[in-house]
Parts: sequence; structure tokens; C-alpha cells
Amino acid sequence: MAKVTFDADLCKGCGLCVDACPKGILQIAKDKINKKGHSPAEMTDESKCIGCAFCATMCPDCVITVER
Amino acid sequence: MAVVFQKPKSLTDAPLHYCPGCTHGIIHRLVAEAIDELQIEGKTIGVAPVGCAVMAYDYFACDMVEAAHGRAPAVATGLKRALPENIIFTYQGDGDLASIGMAETVHAATRNENITVIFVNNAIYGMTGGQMAPTSLPGQVTQTSPYGRDTATVGFPIRVSEMLATLDGPEFIQRVAVNNVKNVNAAKKAIKKAFQNQIEGKGFSLIEVVSSCPTNWGMTPKKALEWVEEKMIPYYPLGVYKDRSANKEEK
Repeated sequence: MAKVTFDADLCKGCGLCVDACPKGILQIAKDKINKKGHSPAEMTDESKCIGCAFCATMCPDCVITVER
Repeated sequence: MAVVFQKPKSLTDAPLHYCPGCTHGIIHRLVAEAIDELQIEGKTIGVAPVGCAVMAYDYFACDMVEAAHGRAPAVATGLKRALPENIIFTYQGDGDLASIGMAETVHAATRNENITVIFVNNAIYGMTGGQMAPTSLPGQVTQTSPYGRDTATVGFPIRVSEMLATLDGPEFIQRVAVNNVKNVNAAKKAIKKAFQNQIEGKGFSLIEVVSSCPTNWGMTPKKALEWVEEKMIPYYPLGVYKDRSANKEEK
């Protein structure tokens, strides 16, 4: 069981984490806007997360913290 | 649960000003992780360039100096000679290092100055709005080459790593990319080695990082990374171009 937390206000919604996720459980939020005015990344199904940290590795803004 | 990934301590809490999907952020993080892992934050001094990374001094938690355009290797030379116990790195883009700063780069390399150079190659001038850089690919459309880079009039791109590797001076030269997880991990290893070389007093280490510029290339961040894979890496092949210590060991 892995836990992934997003510092959503730092996110610029570039989507590099979405493409990096091998499980395909990340998406750019369709109905949220952060402090910067971007739609942040979010996880759709935490139970499928394997804690590989690929998302965090590709994130240019250190938005993601991964615990396992 | 143990933390397997978090922001490195050598980065400050300042939010990065870079465009969405700009790989500068990844490279900043890799440098900070290397500094953290080698436990050299207290004695590291970075030299920021002119270009998109000009405000790197806000992002790295270590001491930073801002150099005039292209002069970072010269400033780093002075710092290293005055403060030989400190770890000095420069962080430069292609407009800074490969254009106006080419002389400083080549001479610091040939003197084998004991510094670490992080060279971010995104084939365009980013901060000034997407003009053609010395590293822009043949046929690449930029603000100043709207019909594509015409090699008949403006010549060919400069492959900095290959060129510097012809010198006898430099210790270590490697080209890496940050377009996927595998390459990011390889880039981290290379950057750490470049710092390790300096700690061991081996001399000039340059890591060329093939990077992306979604905004000025006019692409989405995802498309830009695909362009790195399809266009940039074939022209700028990844690999170790010079490693004097490894060659010595073989002999």
C-alpha cells in the first residue's frame, strides 16, 4: 500500500506525471483550479498505486511525495 | 510507511517560475539530490547563468553567485581557486554556455578546472522568447528561423560534448536526457558522479542534459518530450564522451 500526496498549489498541470504512471491512475483534475490558476494532477484510484514514484521522478515542480 | 520520494533539502520552498512541463525543474531537483546525497550543501556554491535559469539562486538552498552572460565557468574558476575547499558548480543553458560563453567553457575545460558544469541543452533561447540557438536542429522553426534553420546560411548545430571531448584537459563529459524515468535516473547518476569527481579533485566535469522547452517549441509538455526522443537524441546521442579516470584504470 503506497501513499502519494500532492502539493496541489505547486502543480502547473503539465501532465508529465500522468504519462509516467505505469498504472494509469493519474489525471489532470477537470473540476479544480489551484492558487496559480492551473488544474492540478490528482489520483483516481489510490488502491492501485504501487509506489514506484515514477510520477514524482518526472514532476518538474516537486509536487509529489511518495510513501510506501 | 517510509518516504520513498520527497523534495530534496537543497531546494528551497520557493515555487519554480518555469513554464508548465519545463524540465529545468527536474534538473534542479537532480542537482539538489546529488548535493544532499553527498552531504555537501554547507560548502557548495552554485553559479547561476543568464537565461531561464537566471533565478536559480532563489531555488538552490546553497550559496549562489550570479554571473554575467556566459561567464559562469570563469566565475567558477575564480571561486574554486580562492576557495578550494568548497564545491563549485555552474548551471547553464545552451544560449549561455554554447554561444556567448563558449570561450569561457572551452578554456575552463582545457585547463581542467576542478569544477562541475551542468549544461542544459534545449535547442533554443528560452527566456528571450524562442530565438535560434547554436544548438537548434537543422530545419528547426524558431522565432528567428521561421522557415526552419537553414544550415547553408547559419551553419550547423554545435555538439558541445563531442567538441570538448577532443580536448586533453577535461576529466569527465557525459550527455544525458530527462525525457523519461530511465533517462532521469541515468542523469542523476551522471550529475552525482560529476560532483564526486570534484570532491576527489579530479577536475572538470560537464554534464550535458538534453532538455525540452514546450513553450518556445510550441508543443504540449508530453509532445515536447516525444520530440526530444525523436529529434534531439538522434542528433545529440547520449553517452559518456570522456572519462579520463576510467581510461587510466583500464591501462
